[in-house]
Amino acid sequence: MSEHLTAGSMSRRRFVQSSGALLFAAQCPVGLSRRAYASGAGAMMNSFVRIDPNNLITMLANNSEFGNGAYTVMSMMLAEELDVDYRSIALEAAPTAPEYYSPLFREYLTAGSVTTGSTFIPMRTAGAKARAMLLEAASRNWGVPTAELTTADATVQHAGTGRSSTYGELLEAIHRLDIQPPETVTLKDPSEFKILGKPTRRYEGAGKVDGTAEFGIDIKLPGMLYGAIARPPVHGGSVVDFDATEALAMPGVVKAKAIRAGVVVLADSYWRAQKARAKLKINWDRGANDGVSSEQFYADYRALADTPGLLAEDIGDAIGALDAAKASGSLIEATYEMPLLAHATLEPMNCIAQVEGDTCTVWSGTQYQSNDQEVISRFLGVPQQNVTIHRPLMGGSFGRRSSKTADYTVEAVEAAMGESVPVQIIWSREEDIRSGHYRPLFVHKLRGSVDESGMPEAWHQVAVGQSLMQGTKHDPTYMVRGIDIYSLDGCLQEPFGVFPYGTSYQIPNHRVESHNAPKQGIVPQEWRSVGHTHTGIAYECFLDELAHKGGVDPMELRLRLTKDHARMNRVLSVLKEKCDWDKPLAPGRGRGVASRIYNISPVAQAVEVTVAENGDFTVDRVVCVVDCGFAVNPLGIEGQVEGGLAYGLGGMAFGNIDIVNGEVQQSNFHDYPVMRLPQMPKVEVHILPSDEPPTGIGEQATTPIAPAVANALFNATGRRLRRFPLSSQGFNLV
Amino acid sequence: MKLEVNGNEVEITSDADTPLLWVLRDELGLVGTKYGCGIAQCGACTVHLDGSAIRSCVTPVSAVAGKRIQTIEGQASDHRLSPVQQAWLETDVAQCGYCQSGQIMAATALLSANPSPSDADIDAAMAGNICRCGTYPRIRKAVHLAAALMSEEQSA
Repeated sequence: MSEHLTAGSMSRRRFVQSSGALLFAAQCPVGLSRRAYASGAGAMMNSFVRIDPNNLITMLANNSEFGNGAYTVMSMMLAEELDVDYRSIALEAAPTAPEYYSPLFREYLTAGSVTTGSTFIPMRTAGAKARAMLLEAASRNWGVPTAELTTADATVQHAGTGRSSTYGELLEAIHRLDIQPPETVTLKDPSEFKILGKPTRRYEGAGKVDGTAEFGIDIKLPGMLYGAIARPPVHGGSVVDFDATEALAMPGVVKAKAIRAGVVVLADSYWRAQKARAKLKINWDRGANDGVSSEQFYADYRALADTPGLLAEDIGDAIGALDAAKASGSLIEATYEMPLLAHATLEPMNCIAQVEGDTCTVWSGTQYQSNDQEVISRFLGVPQQNVTIHRPLMGGSFGRRSSKTADYTVEAVEAAMGESVPVQIIWSREEDIRSGHYRPLFVHKLRGSVDESGMPEAWHQVAVGQSLMQGTKHDPTYMVRGIDIYSLDGCLQEPFGVFPYGTSYQIPNHRVESHNAPKQGIVPQEWRSVGHTHTGIAYECFLDELAHKGGVDPMELRLRLTKDHARMNRVLSVLKEKCDWDKPLAPGRGRGVASRIYNISPVAQAVEVTVAENGDFTVDRVVCVVDCGFAVNPLGIEGQVEGGLAYGLGGMAFGNIDIVNGEVQQSNFHDYPVMRLPQMPKVEVHILPSDEPPTGIGEQATTPIAPAVANALFNATGRRLRRFPLSSQGFNLV
Repeated sequence: MKLEVNGNEVEITSDADTPLLWVLRDELGLVGTKYGCGIAQCGACTVHLDGSAIRSCVTPVSAVAGKRIQTIEGQASDHRLSPVQQAWLETDVAQCGYCQSGQIMAATALLSANPSPSDADIDAAMAGNICRCGTYPRIRKAVHLAAALMSEEQSA
């Protein structure tokens, strides 16, 4: 069954067969060094591994850590092949250079829950190739065959003669004998794994309990100035003029100047910068988006949804079938409406920048390092290699820190221009809520009908919302015939564009269209699970409506619809059993189910709720079954499932950004509520055992939670919820 | 003005209206205590004033002149993590980790007042500490584990 995974054709074929060409096409890191070279006193064994003579092993990490567990899985992978304790490895953020770009994205980007899947072979290969070089060095030093050598705890050992060398001690021989990384190497068979597949605690966990873990906002540089930016009250507005007389008279305040983002006050402490900012008198040009309102977005999008959109998929004859259903009175229709959402990472946006001549250094928590470098380089008019990015840990991201505009980074660079010291910009929570990039508002209009057996027969969906990708550098990749594939992620039965998967369902007549709404000052941003944040609700809730119309149990309906999709069907079968689906619930309680595929990983959740007369409700239990391929770190996966669904649950229950007369109404956690401990359900996580390549987990569990809860509320109350957040509909998560 | 932070007397030169949070972070360089909201809604800034949990973002430093403050940096003693910190590690609570200093400080204050809290007690005491990563299930587990560790220590 298990075969030796070699970094070469065998594993490539296996990956391509099971998971689609795009995701795992590259087997080795781009630019894996063919030649080891001396790096100070140590040696870069390859792009990802440095070993020092004192036996310290350092991993260069080309994925960001923001709670996702990237550092843990990557250090596990390296440690497995190099035969060391994963926590003995030191970690540096890899430089922003093409050799570190993701083989999948061809950018330095951590996104899409692909870290585990896209590093599984490259990082292990880096470890295995380094180990091969060390074995060759010892073998030649001692005059013994490599087959007689073993490795453990960063040493090479020869049992026959009792000889042993640390990895660091072997560097001398590697240099002297000019030992190079081998062309190919055999990776460990899964049956030999000591680390991979075992529940493993967070690599950087110790610093996160004693206050020493350093986030971007914590970094202090000598002479650094703190900046607070006064931002326009309307997205897209700008400064006409300002009076900083009072602000500049305050102690510790050094400067006030206009930048593209607004007016920045620089001071010797953040508190002083904030206080001085409050004293600025600014005349704003409210710009073209003055008068914009989110209610108007809903009205405009509803109107657009009644017009033909760009056609993504048209299987069978949905229009014809639905016309017939309408004539016979068996058509159902529904419109689902999902609001603008902020990310509300607990560490607000911040960035430190220093500009010296034609070089720039930034310290920025980011998911999108290559883009930050490109945007800064264009802004300053300097070559990309003159821009250095230091990437610290981040206090959450959920997509906010993969900004295509590099907004919070390039504004710090602009603030630092002309200053002789580094400048740190920190966003207050108010700015973070009001001036951010948002999950776009979406309206989905759906019509459907069922056949005589009660199964869905025809489906027509029109999605209206802002495109994430249109007009960006990603347009050629993610726009198909003008359709943003993210707007319809999880709505199409057939693979579409670069997404090599569809829903797992087979509805015979299936027509899906979309409209790209105008931007009107809003910069749409990926929000954990991206398209599924709204498509998941529309699709899984309307599917539930069809189940109800046809008199078919929603779980049974999904099992039947997925009979030709083995992986999803298995997930649902396990879920049905584990969640006690058939056990009756007491009055006032309800259960709901939703199933989604995110980046080829099937995931399904069943939810139990209790609803009081006044609309207060609790989510009591969530059972989640996920198939994410080989489970590299089951402990990490469990955490991502719990956290991913909590994030989605808070979003659907409370999340809402209102714009009135161009101004965002919300500002902080008192009016932009988020999930708190008492609201957290009991979660049962079931990871299906798998020999398939690992995929990812960061976003998977966010995709089904909102529709599963909405479906459970219908089951409990008979009320179908189609407008979000739930708090706007009289349902309060308590 | 003077105050005592983690057992050390310190001289503060920040403006009197500066919230204790920013005094700790920017004047004293103790960045383990975090900024999340500035209006006592998120709990990331939680420290102890004479053993009780307070939100340092809304506490002007003048209000704690001459008082004793403990931060996350002062929880370990003699290089030994506190029972709450040990429980947090054992349970692998943290994801991004940004809220966890505040969570640990809130949990520590809870356990010193109530060594054997129920789930409802924990919910009530910790509702003020937001975790965007949703580590709540493990926070609950870790508080119970810390209670057990503390009670073992006491009977030892």
